[in-house]
Amino acid sequence: MNPAPSVVIFTVLSGLGFGFLALLGVFGSAGMAAFFLWALGYGLAVAGLVASTFHLGNPQRALLAFTQWRTSWLSREAWASVVTLLLFAPQAVSDWLGLEWGRGFGMAGAAMAFVTVYCTSMIYAQIRAVPRWHHWTVPAVFLAYALSGALVMGAVRPYAAWMLVLLGIALALHWHFGKSAFARAGASMESATGLGRIGAVSVFEQPHTGGNYLMREMIFVVGRKHADRVRMIAMVCSVMLPVLALMFIPGVAAVIVAVAVHLLGALAQRWLFFAEAEHVVGLYYGAH
Amino acid sequence: MTGLPERTEKKLGLVIDLDTCVGCHACVTACKGWNDQGYGVPLSDQNPYGADPSGTFLNRVHSYAVQLVDAAAQIINFPRSCLHCEDAPCVTVCPTGASYKRAEDGIVLVNEDACIGCGLCAWACPYGARELDQAAGVMKKCTLCVDRIYNEALPEEDREPACVRTCPTGARHFGDFADPESKVSRLTAEREGFALMPEMGTKPVNRYLPPRKKDRPEEASLLAPLLDIKATGLAGWLDRVLGKI
Repeated sequence: MNPAPSVVIFTVLSGLGFGFLALLGVFGSAGMAAFFLWALGYGLAVAGLVASTFHLGNPQRALLAFTQWRTSWLSREAWASVVTLLLFAPQAVSDWLGLEWGRGFGMAGAAMAFVTVYCTSMIYAQIRAVPRWHHWTVPAVFLAYALSGALVMGAVRPYAAWMLVLLGIALALHWHFGKSAFARAGASMESATGLGRIGAVSVFEQPHTGGNYLMREMIFVVGRKHADRVRMIAMVCSVMLPVLALMFIPGVAAVIVAVAVHLLGALAQRWLFFAEAEHVVGLYYGAH
Repeated sequence: MTGLPERTEKKLGLVIDLDTCVGCHACVTACKGWNDQGYGVPLSDQNPYGADPSGTFLNRVHSYAVQLVDAAAQIINFPRSCLHCEDAPCVTVCPTGASYKRAEDGIVLVNEDACIGCGLCAWACPYGARELDQAAGVMKKCTLCVDRIYNEALPEEDREPACVRTCPTGARHFGDFADPESKVSRLTAEREGFALMPEMGTKPVNRYLPPRKKDRPEEASLLAPLLDIKATGLAGWLDRVLGKI
């Protein structure tokens, strides 16, 4: 699949933002620090959501995306994100101005924040035509990124390190199952054309000499060439280096280093998530 | 809107005969021609006369080489377009309700006024039946020529999809699969018509007819009748004498 920068940035930043907001919602903060921390959380989440509209053909009609929550994960994600951001608002005001409104809104917001990240992951995990995505490890990876990124940003040291290890496990499982996903889905050139009943199928001639939307959007093959290297970068940057930074660097510097490399690793992982995913339509073009 | 109807009164769709298709691309041209000026925004082209032309099409004709187990390879021309699936994943993923399946005849359509061009439906389709128009930013797909098949302004013989109407070899058929007596249902039953990628769980309506078995070349030598002739006369005498030496 085409790793459009808008969707890579959308899923990474909104995941991190909602995770961080959830952390603030549960544990809170006070005074001007609270103002800046909440603003940071909102900034990340909203920047991600805004980025997601950049790849739309007609963004002026984006509000219609709230109408189909009964069937569409994208629509559910739209609702969940707005509800989450609204739920956190009174908590943020209370923390900033010291209004002592309890943590009810923060707790509810935190629960909804993870529902939002789950909805985001299901936009991809629901798609059967992309076997690598159609797996429970996709929501696991998205949720693990949101939670571990938030703990790193919040400098909750021991928990952050343990959560990063869980993220590493989730990534390893996702990549492990991803390798055989296409074969397990059972689609082949023979089943795509139905001609397997008479023989083995290969492409004789493409239907068009130029490119088209399908090939640009779904038969993106650059990522597969460097997949192993990008996997390594993702694992080292988003899991290993932040753990080491949190363990061995003292003070705030650890958090800055850990967040920076973690974010870099998350971007690499998400780029690969799109770039290496094979769509079954590629079979018609002899690609896979 | 993006919920699928539990059942549809009719199941309109196409039968495509892979035995008869000669790969002339007339259906591609007729489809582009009709849908460029009818339903919804036109099918745009980008850089059509340049070095890297590209454009929106609702129908594409592939060509495959199929290696048979016990005979020579065959070239099969393979038109690919929307299969108007009963369990269409492109419909349920749509966040705006732009993508829908009609309860009356099962045609899967896009309401372009509600389409935000997110492209998720094209991702959800295993068959590559949807293309995002690069000029208008809305999703285009086969409408089964919904603006022809019910159009009483057209002569009756033209009330079928443009691709079917134009096919010079009669490789494309249009009809109602819900009616077991329709031409498409009978063709499917007689010729063992099949659905594409059933493992994707989409329950396509369209059916493809497999290529018929071809004649096999003779196993024996082409000279066989000559090899069997008994020589007589002088040739026979020579044959006998030379055989004894």
